[in-house]
Amino acid sequence: MTGEVLAFYVLGAITLAAGAVVVTSHNIVHSAVALVPAFLGVTGLYVLLNAEFVAGVQVLIYAGAITVLILFVIMLTEGGTGLRLPQRNEQGPIGAAVAVVIAGLLTAGVTHTAWVAGPGALPAYTPAAIGQSFLGPNLLAFEVSSIVLLVSLVGAIIIARKEE
Amino acid sequence: MLIDWGYVAVFAIVGGALAALPLVVIWLISPRSAYPQKLETYESGVPPIGQAWSQFNVRYYLFSLVFVVFDVEIIYLYPWAVVYPKAVASRSFGSLAFYDILVFLLILTLGLAYAWRKGALEWV
Amino acid sequence: MPWYLELLRAIGGTILIFSGVAVIAAMFGVLLERKISAWIQSRLGPKHVGPQGLLQTVADTLKLLQKENIVPRNADGLIFASAVLVVPLAALLDYVVIPFGTTRWGPLIFRDLNIGILFFAATSSVVVVGILMAGWGSNNKYALLGGLRSAAQMVSYEIPMGLALVTVAMLAGSLSTVTIVRAQAHWWQLYIVQQPLAFIIFLIAATAEVNRVPFDLVEAESELVAGYFSEYTGMRFALFQLGEYGEMFAMAAMAVTLFLGGWQGPLLPPVLWFVIKLYALVFVFMWVRWTYPRFRIDQLLNFSWKVLIPVGLLNLVATAFVILLVHR
Repeated sequence: MTGEVLAFYVLGAITLAAGAVVVTSHNIVHSAVALVPAFLGVTGLYVLLNAEFVAGVQVLIYAGAITVLILFVIMLTEGGTGLRLPQRNEQGPIGAAVAVVIAGLLTAGVTHTAWVAGPGALPAYTPAAIGQSFLGPNLLAFEVSSIVLLVSLVGAIIIARKEE
Repeated sequence: MLIDWGYVAVFAIVGGALAALPLVVIWLISPRSAYPQKLETYESGVPPIGQAWSQFNVRYYLFSLVFVVFDVEIIYLYPWAVVYPKAVASRSFGSLAFYDILVFLLILTLGLAYAWRKGALEWV
Repeated sequence: MPWYLELLRAIGGTILIFSGVAVIAAMFGVLLERKISAWIQSRLGPKHVGPQGLLQTVADTLKLLQKENIVPRNADGLIFASAVLVVPLAALLDYVVIPFGTTRWGPLIFRDLNIGILFFAATSSVVVVGILMAGWGSNNKYALLGGLRSAAQMVSYEIPMGLALVTVAMLAGSLSTVTIVRAQAHWWQLYIVQQPLAFIIFLIAATAEVNRVPFDLVEAESELVAGYFSEYTGMRFALFQLGEYGEMFAMAAMAVTLFLGGWQGPLLPPVLWFVIKLYALVFVFMWVRWTYPRFRIDQLLNFSWKVLIPVGLLNLVATAFVILLVHR
């Protein structure tokens, strides 16, 4: 077992364990804080895929900005008191059955697809390569993403300010 | 390149252990004489009134929101900045490299101006 | 190199950086702060412990180690405890990409990552999460309010810092710190000469990121007791201070790398040049602390969003335009 495979399993375990805490915790602040190890696990997975820049972006945006946003939002609601929320209701068994069915479908889909594996090592997603693609093939996507950001900013401000 | 990140992971783990070392030392050698008054939450010497959490203003949320949008904008700027000097000097891109970032930044400055006008950047 | 040797090298480097930061940043830094503040205020600083008070911080640390470990009854145990580790760890991760000098085998850096300055910005933003955890976990009104305000402040000043970093990356054509230092080989190529505005923006944003005066509203004793670390006593408090001073030195080191040419200079060995420039900037930070009064929270946030970000954006566009003209 090479170091990479071991690292993959460890990072996957961290991400899944943190994700389990996020979903099942009684305390919503604990859930939000458990997002950080989940995001860091995904960062490691990006590094294993040779995507260093995306890994750095993941830490900067997700673990840095989104977690702060989520924590601020929680503080605005009653969840900030740390009250214990019930995690089960009467639809538990049906939900579990649906989850098993979906897991079965996903596993069948993943194992029965003939994945196309290319030869050689992964291309390096360095900042320079991404920059070249921004100026070249993905120029329109680059500009349109700024419009998407503008739209999300305007929309969020409108929704948040309506209470005034 | 992967080995670089292995080093970073070792740094994080060993660093976490080293940072936890003083805490272990305290746990071993510090005196323990807890009594109820000592464990009270601090509120300038009086017993705390109500709970720590109270309904906070929505302005914290608006600041972090505008921050997320601008952080993502800066993410887009990093790869562009890395290729900019060579792209400007080359025949194939030339001044296109400048004008496209101008359009990008203008659109986001519009967003900043909107947030400013609508008072999302006000504290009070 | 076989993997166990690489591992040993990594562990050795980590311990070296940790002890270096603990001694130079935390111990010397705190002592320097007290001596400089004393000098500015026309008094003598610590003088008794050790020659000229040099062992003062050692004595303080030994004292703090023996203090009782008080955890308030209503504090959220796990979050309260893990916040103490997140803040210093994130501050120390900043040092991975800082080149301290150069030897004949190559630059003296823990690891020259391809995304150097992006990594630096990313670890600085993880500190905010640690502060929110500390503020909330204490279950104390002052701590919670201090934590939220501190998070709002740090988050607002990360963008001007990011803009300054992007401007330097644009000039150097790379995100790697070693490349950026090597691009400043002559005095007229130093980025402080080419980008004075970005330098000033970075220093101001760095001061706000580490919650120093004039941006230390969230820790000012008259405002919020001690802000987000009100309920942390003894060694936990010392670990937060290690995180804060460590991050201040890391910001100064990054400013030296980005704007002052890193380890380069005539005659003296490179590491010595780096240390001289580092302490010069740290002195500037401390000088500013003991000279200016502090800003109110709304002045502080207005200054970031309405002044620094527009100026940073204009600087970026102007620099891009100048580069365009130069190459045409």
